This record gives sequence, C-alpha cells and structure tokens, in this order.
Amino acid sequence: MTDASSRLAETSAAAATGARPVLLETLNLKKYFPIMGGLLRHQVGSVYAVDDVSLQIYKGETFGLVGESGCGKTTFGRTILRLEKATGGSVSMDGQDVLALHGDALKRMRRRMQVIFQDPYGSLNPRMPISDIIGEGLLAQGDKANGWRKRSIRDQRVGDYLEAVGLRRDYSRRYPHEFSGGQRQRIGIARALALGPEFVVCDEPVSALDVSIQSQILNLLSDLRAEFNLTYLFIAHNLSVVQYFCERIGVMYLGKIVEVAATDVLYATPQHPYSVALLSAIPVPDPRVRTKRLVLKGDVPSPANPPSGCRFHTRCWLRERLGNPAECSTTEPPLRELAGGHLAACHFAEQVTAQAVQEAAATQSVIETAVDVD
Amino acid sequence: MTPTASDAPADFEVALVSLNQWQLAWRRFRRHKLAMFGAGLFLTFVAIAAFGPFILPYEATNVPYPLKFCPGTTISANLGCPPFNDGHILGTVGGTQEDLLTLVVNGARLSLTIGIGAAAFASVLGAIVGGISGYFGGWVDTILMRIVDVLLSMPLLFVIIVFAKVFGYGDWRVILLVFALLGWPGIARLVRSLFLTLRTEVFVDAARAVGVSDLRIIFRHILPNAMSPIIVVTTLSVAAFIVTEAFVSYIGYGVNAAYNPTWGNILSNAQNDILVGNWWWPLFPGLAIVLTVLGINFMGDGLRDALDPRSRE
Ligand SMILES: Nc1ncnc2c1ncn2[C@@H]1O[C@H](COP(=O)(O)OP(=O)(O)OP(=O)(O)O)[C@@H](O)[C@H]1O
Ligand code: SF4
Ligand SMILES: [Mg+2]
Repeated sequence: MTDASSRLAETSAAAATGARPVLLETLNLKKYFPIMGGLLRHQVGSVYAVDDVSLQIYKGETFGLVGESGCGKTTFGRTILRLEKATGGSVSMDGQDVLALHGDALKRMRRRMQVIFQDPYGSLNPRMPISDIIGEGLLAQGDKANGWRKRSIRDQRVGDYLEAVGLRRDYSRRYPHEFSGGQRQRIGIARALALGPEFVVCDEPVSALDVSIQSQILNLLSDLRAEFNLTYLFIAHNLSVVQYFCERIGVMYLGKIVEVAATDVLYATPQHPYSVALLSAIPVPDPRVRTKRLVLKGDVPSPANPPSGCRFHTRCWLRERLGNPAECSTTEPPLRELAGGHLAACHFAEQVTAQAVQEAAATQSVIETAVDVD
Repeated sequence: MTPTASDAPADFEVALVSLNQWQLAWRRFRRHKLAMFGAGLFLTFVAIAAFGPFILPYEATNVPYPLKFCPGTTISANLGCPPFNDGHILGTVGGTQEDLLTLVVNGARLSLTIGIGAAAFASVLGAIVGGISGYFGGWVDTILMRIVDVLLSMPLLFVIIVFAKVFGYGDWRVILLVFALLGWPGIARLVRSLFLTLRTEVFVDAARAVGVSDLRIIFRHILPNAMSPIIVVTTLSVAAFIVTEAFVSYIGYGVNAAYNPTWGNILSNAQNDILVGNWWWPLFPGLAIVLTVLGINFMGDGLRDALDPRSRE
C-alpha cells in the first residue's frame, strides 16, 4: 500500500485546515437497549450501548472505529443506518436529518448509505440465488428513472457488480452454499454497492475470514472506494488492520468515543490512557523491540452499569499514577480538542507522555495478566 | 481492478449444476430409506382412500342379503364371519354383516381427510398468526398469544361436546373443525418462535438496509427459512390427528359409524366382539391406523433430516 501514506498525509493536512466537507455527522447519538425482567417483564434497566456519540466523517475518507468487544461499535453503525431505533441524538447525512425520515424518503436514503456485515455466512439468505440477493435492493429501489424494476436491467447491473467485486457474472444463478467465505463476502459487498451508495459501514468485514483472504478483501474494499468515490466507516477491533486502512480513527470505550485523531497521529502520540493501552497490546513482530506492555486492570465494566465520571476510571493507569484524583470518578471528561483535529476525552490528557507511559508500564504489578485486544 | 483471482482454495470450484435448497433436500430425502418406505406406506393408504371405494364390489353400509350362518359353519353370522369367506377377504363384521375390507377402505377416506385436513388448516392458520405475532411483536403479539394460551388450555372432549351440541353429533366436519381449532395454537407458537429468531438474522437486516418491505421480508426471507420445521410439524400432526380421531370415535364422541365409517368408529364398534374372539374385526382397522401413523412418522423424521440446512449432502 504505497498510496496509503500519501493519502494519510493528504488527510492530516486537510483535517488541519478543516477544509474537508463533512458527509456524515452524528450529534449526541444514543442507543439504549432496555433490560426486561421481573415477574411482569417490565424494564428494569438499560444497556448504554451507545451513549452521546458525536462524530464527523468527511467525504471520501475511511474512518476507523476501534474498541474492545461490546463497546458499542456495531450498535453505532446500525443506529446510523436506521437498523436500530435511536434513543436520542441525531444523524445527518449530507445535511439531511436521517432519523426524521419515514416511508419513501427513508427508502431513498437507504440507497445512499449501505452496510457490509461481519458474518459472510449469516448475511446471505441460504434460500435465495445470488441474482436475487444482489438484485433485491434494486427491485425495492426501482423506479421509472433507473428502470431497476425491469428484470433485464437488474440482471445486467447484478452482473456488473459481480465483476466489480472479482466474481464471474454467470455465478448469479448459484446459491450461497456454493461459495467460500471470501466469495460470500464479495457477494455481500456487491449487494451493498449495487445501489450506488456514497457511505458504507463496514462492520469488521474481514474478521470472520481466513487470514490469507483478509488482505484480498481489504484491497478490494480499497479499490472499490477509489472507483466509486465511497466514504467508509470501518469498524474493527484489530488495531493492526485499521492502521493501514484508515485515515482517521475513533477509539470507543463503553459506548463513548474517547479519542479521535488522524491514524498516524494516533499511533505516534495517543492522548487518551485507554488508547495508549490498546496500542501497547498490539503484538510487535520483532521480539527485540518488544517493549513492556501496558496492562489494563480488571474486566470491562458492564455497559448496563457504567462507572461514574470517566467511564475508564476503574481501569485507568494514569489515574493511579496521578494519585486517584476525585475528578476522574465524579466528572465526565468532555471530548475536547487538544491539537488540530485531535480529540480526547480525559481530564489529564496532557499528562500522557511517552515518559509517563514507560514509567507506568515499568511499575505495574507483574501479577496482572494482559487484556488482549485481538 | 486487482482481485481477479478467486479467493477460493483450489479444490473449491463452484458446481456446474446449481441446486437450490429444496432440490438438495429432495436428494437427501430420497437417500433416506426409512423415510422413503414411510412415504410409500402413507401414499399407499392415500391411494386406497382415493380409489379403493370405486374398485371394491360392496357398498359400505349396504348389505343386500344377510346370512344366518357363516358359510360352511354353524356359527351365527350375526357375530361376524372370519376372513376369506364367500369373497369377504377380511371377513365381515358382526351385527350389520358388512364387508370389513369395504369398511376399512371407506374408513380410510374420512380418517385421512380429517387427519390431513385438520393438519393443513391448523398449519396455515398457525403460520399466519404465529408469523404476525413473531414478526411484529408488541401488543399484537401479546393479544394473539393470550388467545393461543386460552385455546391450548381447553380440553378436547369438552370442546367437541360443545360443538356437537351446536352443530350436531357425529358430523365429521365438526370433528375436523375442532381438531383444527385446537391444533393451530401449537403451530402458531412454533412459528412465532421461528420468526422471532429469523427476524434477527443478518440477511434480514441486510434486506432491510437496502429498503426491502416488511411484506417481502416475511415472504421471501423469513417464511422460506421457517418452512422446514413447519412442514415437519404439519406432517407429524397428520399422524397425531388420525390417532386422536380414532380415540375420540372409539369413546363414542367422534364420527357417526352408521353413515360414515372411520378407522376409529370401526374399532369402536368392534370392541364388544373382541370378547367373542372375532379378532379380525378390530385387527384390520387397527393395523391401518398403525401402518399409516408409522409411515407418516418415518416420513416426518426423514423430512426433518433432509430439510435441515446444516446437513450437507
Ligand atoms: N439487540 C440488543 N439487545 C440488547 N443488548 C444489545 C443488543 N445489541 C447489542 N447489545 C449490547 O450492546 C452492547 C454493545 O454491543 P455491540 O454489538 O454494539 O458491540 P461491538 O462493539 O460491536 O462488539 P463486537 O466487537 O463484539 O462486535 C453490548 O453490551 C451488547 O450486549
Ligand atoms: S479522566 Fe481520569 S480516569 Fe479518565 S482517562 Fe483521564 S485520567 Fe483516566
Ligand atoms: Mg460488533
């Protein structure tokens, strides 16, 4: 990926000048799942899966969203796409309020924002031939202008997109069970792109695939992005994947965004203690340069009962280092801008320096085991 | 475009003939010997019910010349005569002296009609109600499921008596109606739970994400994937209804034997004569029930295996 670095440079420059147009924006987006219980099955609590997330995704960029399992990445993507009903906040696509749309207007909006799912097996209906799987969206979205109601036009387009994702046109009469995992993922990509979207949520599109196939699919996604001028929200919990694939990255913890930065900036100078820990958990290929890992204490708290103040305070190494300041457990740190386009939600983000990290890693107790973020 | 090479392993080539799930299921079913035997058995009885009455020389309820004694003996023909006498292959029954083969063949008609009819009725209604309940949830679901609870708690005999009081005793249509009425709630529960699971499938989300309507999602995505268990349960409930009909008729609440023989009411009439030693009278209708039910159950088990999408080849 030789163009990746140049693309990154371009992005950071653009982000710094703030010149890039925003395609998708969320404002205080919330999704709480009710917890039902008791004798009468009434609501006894909530899972705060996505809690007050405000993000801007620029036109044409690949925005990575990372975080441990269960932190709400998938729910965030699904809420944007109107696959979950938002509890609060807003989503705007190109200035249009997505959450206010109904009926036909919502259907038309669905053409513009699409999704690629993690599971290549579950995402294709086993009882439908590929032509119907890809063509179904066209049929649903068909009108006089595009002519997608006509079988011949639809089949033509299905064939075109099968070829665009590297499959043969004449596979369209086959059924999903005849394809391998990687081929199925290509079919899922073709289904998403056939509608001609601008914005695509890629929810861990390669994590269910063989390692040997992952890079092929990533390359494909990258090529398609260039070919069709796509904007990606790329969800992953594998930090090594996003490093090469994304221009900017958002780090999520327990339903909140804790840090946003251009990829190179985040990897070089992470400012949130959680991001620092996540990054130190990436396995280093060369054992000689392997530095001591910064280990997170304990388990991720339940999103049904998140800690007060800063949600990370129960596991934060910086807080310990600073002598447990009260602020951490009482006041929620806002996501604030530290430098051009670099946001972090920590009261003491300025104290996160290379030296502090090293000292913290050196002094941590050896009994604690590493929390792997694979 | 770079990705021209297929990412499938070399030994994974997409097949030339493309079979859909139903074709694959049929292929698996065909290889299931017991299931094919069961299906054969069941279809034989269906054929007997359909064509038998036209072939047999006797009328079901009409005995032109009652005998005094069974041919060649001094046994009173009024108690029924054993098989293979005077053209009565399965013998005759006591009292009316009707030909047992004719009765059993004619009985197949109603027994199977009630079994298949009630099962079909119950499945269609159960699938519609269960589907609506499972897909839409909310208060619609709550109301429908309370109705289901109420119906499932009703004792069969009580309902039959109430219906018989209103619509008349011994009418086979009443029996079929009551079976269907008490049968659909169970199927509705099954279909509801299938829909509850299937509506959260990723491919359903994918369809929703491209703008597919609820109606199409139900009929193109959820129902086809719920079909296998529905088919299996419908098949097995045909057997269950045949047995229930026999039971209800046996204890005298079923179909009136004087006009409409069923396997159950033939058995019921035979019960007094078992003591006299007329083994053939209960044996043949009983055998018909056992063989049909066995055939259906073998078929159902085979269908269960064949329709399971997880079973390959
Ligand atoms: N439909 C649902 N009902 C109730 N709770 C849910 C539902 N979907 C997700 N959750 C909860 O919301 C939280 C966030 O889940 P989500 O799937 O968004 O996490 P994620 O970051 O995508 O995790 P992963 O990396 O495992 O995919 C989890 O605690 C999960 O249990
Ligand atoms: S606010 Fe406190 S607890 Fe939260 S990340 Fe910063 S130092 Fe840690
Ligand atoms: Mg997820």
